[in-house]
Amino acid sequence: MAVVTRDGEAAGPAAGTSRPAAVSRFYTGMLNLEWLTKAWWTILSISLFAGIWELCWAFGWADPKLLPPPHIFLGNLAEQGKFFNTATRWQVGQAMNAGPSAFESVMITVGATTARVFVGLAMASVLAIGMGVLIRYYHFFDKLVLPTITLLSPVSPIAWLPVAIFLFGIGNAPAIFMVVVALFFHMVLATVAQIDGVSPNFINVARTMGASKRQIYGRVIVPAILPGMLQVLRLNLFGAWMVVLVAESTGVGYGMGQVIMLARNTFNPSLVFFTIAVIGVLGFAFDWLLRQAQRRILYWLPDTKEKLRGL
Amino acid sequence: MAFDAPPTFSSKDAVVCRGVGKTWAAGTRRAHNALTGIDLDVAPGEFVVFLGPSGCGKSTLLYLIAGLEDATEGQLWSFGDLVDTPSPERSLIFQETSLFPWLTVWENVSFGLSIRGAGKEERRSVAAEALQRVGLKAAMDKRPDELSGGMRQRVAVARALAMRPKVLLMDEPFAALDVQTRARMQDFLLDVWRDSGASVLFVTHHIDEAVALADRVVVFTSRPGRIKTIVPIDLPRPRNLFSREAEELRIRLTDLLRDEVDRAFAEQEALAVTA
Repeated sequence: MAVVTRDGEAAGPAAGTSRPAAVSRFYTGMLNLEWLTKAWWTILSISLFAGIWELCWAFGWADPKLLPPPHIFLGNLAEQGKFFNTATRWQVGQAMNAGPSAFESVMITVGATTARVFVGLAMASVLAIGMGVLIRYYHFFDKLVLPTITLLSPVSPIAWLPVAIFLFGIGNAPAIFMVVVALFFHMVLATVAQIDGVSPNFINVARTMGASKRQIYGRVIVPAILPGMLQVLRLNLFGAWMVVLVAESTGVGYGMGQVIMLARNTFNPSLVFFTIAVIGVLGFAFDWLLRQAQRRILYWLPDTKEKLRGL
Repeated sequence: MAFDAPPTFSSKDAVVCRGVGKTWAAGTRRAHNALTGIDLDVAPGEFVVFLGPSGCGKSTLLYLIAGLEDATEGQLWSFGDLVDTPSPERSLIFQETSLFPWLTVWENVSFGLSIRGAGKEERRSVAAEALQRVGLKAAMDKRPDELSGGMRQRVAVARALAMRPKVLLMDEPFAALDVQTRARMQDFLLDVWRDSGASVLFVTHHIDEAVALADRVVVFTSRPGRIKTIVPIDLPRPRNLFSREAEELRIRLTDLLRDEVDRAFAEQEALAVTA
């Protein structure tokens, strides 16, 4: 049978060996040094922001004691690093220079906070997606739990802080609990919304093929909501970073939240901005990683961003 | 039920409808009667086109026959069995693309087999055969988003064929395609229909399409949908659509449809005034 021209082109040669579109896009991107342009724009964006701040300082509008510009709070890394050590130095019988070095301290602190973010995010995601799917799978479960979940989702993480301490005292557990409780409820609602957004045609196709309810959920609904859920995960990654600092300010041994509290109590704006800078870089890096993962996993999604750019 | 005595029909008939109707949101304030009193027999291997104005319930009837929705009046049978659930024997093809974007073309085509737990070898060979029949075997390992609209609909047809259906239900499958592609797809569908021996129930609001394809055209009234009349298309196949007979049929169908469209418009205007 003859094929329409448009179809013929798309059918083209070497159909059997075609790579997913996103993968080939990735390779051409590398060749075109597209990533370099992107990096350039990122640097420019940050430089612009830092530059305006520096100008304000140079003109004397920003008091360096209150709003120290980047060259001040990033200037003496070793000095700033010392504040990150909340380890053993103040204990009886410890020399002042004992314990980890400044660099090690920063790494320990950053590592501890990052671990709390990821453990919390992972727990919240698994629980919320599981709960969301259960809510739509079992009608009675929906009626039983959805009102309570909706009721609890607007509660601020700050309100959960005392609860976290009552239940878990001091340490990693309350910090992780805070992250989970802050993300869980609206991640459940997001999951339910994603499931409700699945095209009814997809479900009807599966039904006419004789799929059971379980197969429809496993083979159709879960893959269909995956793109949306990754998006939800990305946004909640930022949410987790926000909450973890509040949680850590209660006392967890070491963590970015503790450093911020130390800076607040000792009136040290440089340390505040330094910590903010570290969090920003970490959040940016993990978001980038998640976006890369998204592009690899969700190769089938249309590139709407490119279309908007063409307008 | 609409009758007391056992219904009289041949159990060999592909689709039998007796007094079938559907009221959406029944028992609520938003209830509206989409379809009522449908009696229809479709023979095995017959090509029947449902023609009617928008919103006349012709798609609803297709969903009822597919078993995706329950009739609120009357009953339906397919090859002697009561229709109460969906079945792979009655495949539905939608207007919009309904291919799963996360699966390759061949995985889409063999989705129904994987539901039954068939092994990869079997699935791939059945998919290859079905894709061969729609002329897309070369695109087996592609993703749906790499195909044009016409190709995607052919893959959807292949997916239906892979289940070896006895009845193919098509809900305006070519409505989203351009005119040239649509004409090609009609020829393609006739080839598939002849090869497969399945009955085809095809919903459209294009008179040209109805005359090109159908053994019989079922003309619907506007809401609630009833069968206004059934027009047999006795043109020999392959059809010369420019013949006088074809033209006369088109004129006749146009007249039948125009009354209904006029009535539907008048009703909508009346509704707009009261609302």
